[in-house]
Amino acid sequence: MNLLVCIKQVPDMESKFKIDAAGTWYDNADLAWRMNEYDEYAVEQAVQLKEKTGADLTVLCIGSDRVKETMKKALAMGCDRGVHVADDASSRKDSFSIASIIAEFAKSKSFDVIFTGMQSQDRGSGQVGVLVAEMLDIPSITTIVDFAFDGGKIAAKRELEGGVKASVGCTTPALVTCQLGLNTPRYPTLPNIMKAKKKELLSVPVADLCKVEAVSETSTLYFPEKKGGGLILEGDVGELADKLIKILKEKTAVLA
Amino acid sequence: MKIILVAEQRDGKVLGSAYELMAFAQALGGESAMFLVGDESVLPKFSGKLYLADVKSAGEFNPDGHKKLLLEVIAREQPDMVVFSHSSYGWDLAPRIAFSMNAAQVSEVVEVVDGALVVPVCNGKLRRQVAAKSAKTVVTLQAGAFSLADEPTGSPTVEKIEAADEGRVSFAGYEQAETGGVDLTKAQVIVSAGRGIGKPENVAMIENLAKALKGEYGASRPVVDSEWVEHNRQVGTTGQTVSPKLYVACGISGAIQHLAGMKKSEFVVAINTDKDAPIGEVADVLVVADLKQFVPMLTEKLQAL
Repeated sequence: MNLLVCIKQVPDMESKFKIDAAGTWYDNADLAWRMNEYDEYAVEQAVQLKEKTGADLTVLCIGSDRVKETMKKALAMGCDRGVHVADDASSRKDSFSIASIIAEFAKSKSFDVIFTGMQSQDRGSGQVGVLVAEMLDIPSITTIVDFAFDGGKIAAKRELEGGVKASVGCTTPALVTCQLGLNTPRYPTLPNIMKAKKKELLSVPVADLCKVEAVSETSTLYFPEKKGGGLILEGDVGELADKLIKILKEKTAVLA
Repeated sequence: MKIILVAEQRDGKVLGSAYELMAFAQALGGESAMFLVGDESVLPKFSGKLYLADVKSAGEFNPDGHKKLLLEVIAREQPDMVVFSHSSYGWDLAPRIAFSMNAAQVSEVVEVVDGALVVPVCNGKLRRQVAAKSAKTVVTLQAGAFSLADEPTGSPTVEKIEAADEGRVSFAGYEQAETGGVDLTKAQVIVSAGRGIGKPENVAMIENLAKALKGEYGASRPVVDSEWVEHNRQVGTTGQTVSPKLYVACGISGAIQHLAGMKKSEFVVAINTDKDAPIGEVADVLVVADLKQFVPMLTEKLQAL
């Protein structure tokens, strides 16, 4: 059995963002990078399935050489090999282009299950996983919070609004997009980090896989206007507590 | 411009987000028709044509089937734009439709500025204006971003469409959330813990502050996913939607899904070390402090009142 998990490297969301010179994306300088949170759950689920079935697991990531650091984490978590699609301009690409690259890579590899995060933390379009499945003409299940595999069949739970879940299923080959809380992503152990260094990390130039034109583009990127009205309090915690209590007495009825 | 609005039904009810789709179409000034897989007895108020597929045969969740039905309507109407809610139904179906239509999809639109679609980036910290390069566009709308100025009226002209085929994804039913007797929707005061509390031991600190304010404590998704707090106390799109008199967000950055669950609170206090955290957008007061020092201090002073 063959498994694929697709991951993305994103900035830490607590970062101080700056707009780049072109005004269409954030500036990559001075950011701390990590694995997209949703993808950590995708990697964990893929590794669990690999451990259960003895399947072969490939992790794919598109980006500059910088993303190899994040791929090493996925390898240390238990993926067998990495495929790095080398692309210094990946952050400019729209979801359709990214999905086309992945589908082009996957089309001749007969993966039984493909795992992706349900969305990225930065772009957040939530399209790539489903588009890959449509391009490969395989079924896809989005936003899963529970996953089981038995005899070529996937049984999953989708998370809906208001805490409701839907029980769904399909036969493989299939693609699932993973929601937060699906499992508990493991921390790579030191021995596994060492082992990961010896694992195969194949590099493919993006030009070999990108055969489409983008269908959308970013006109501008900017900071939202501060709605205003909100009071910002800074200083000594004791004084802050007194100030806040005074405000609560004046503006709300909860201390009455 | 011609627009198809894709309404949703769940558990026999049409979702109110249908009116948000209508508000968006109004904002763009388009002529719209609606698509619904649903039940004839519960239809949204809408003056226009409604393409209705019977939910009994098409199923409430059947991505392949619903895609085929919607593509038939698209072939007939030749719309410039197809609009969904950015919901578990919408974000699942929209990319399938976009791919079949060779259309760009613009996800989670929060506003329209001079005709351009605006979406959030990096958990709402940034905004992005997106331009489609394709002739047709598929759009999903952030929950609550658009609302009608007037009460919706009228009844749709129903045009029934043939039921869908069985799809590759089977649907076995819903599992309701367990409430465990905690009903945050009735609480007057809610103090919520976010990732910023750092470790599970600090939940007690949040609980104590809630007690001092005679309220309940809640949590954001990461805290619930880490199993530091039970799911029945989760505030947000996938938890409870609350509107207390006072909401205190402790160490919560303010992901869109969390904001959607608490922004109707009467008064919001946020405690955060990051002055630029998106929670600041909905906070009446933002206390820039380390909550591990500030929360016990505040609790002590409240108890002394």
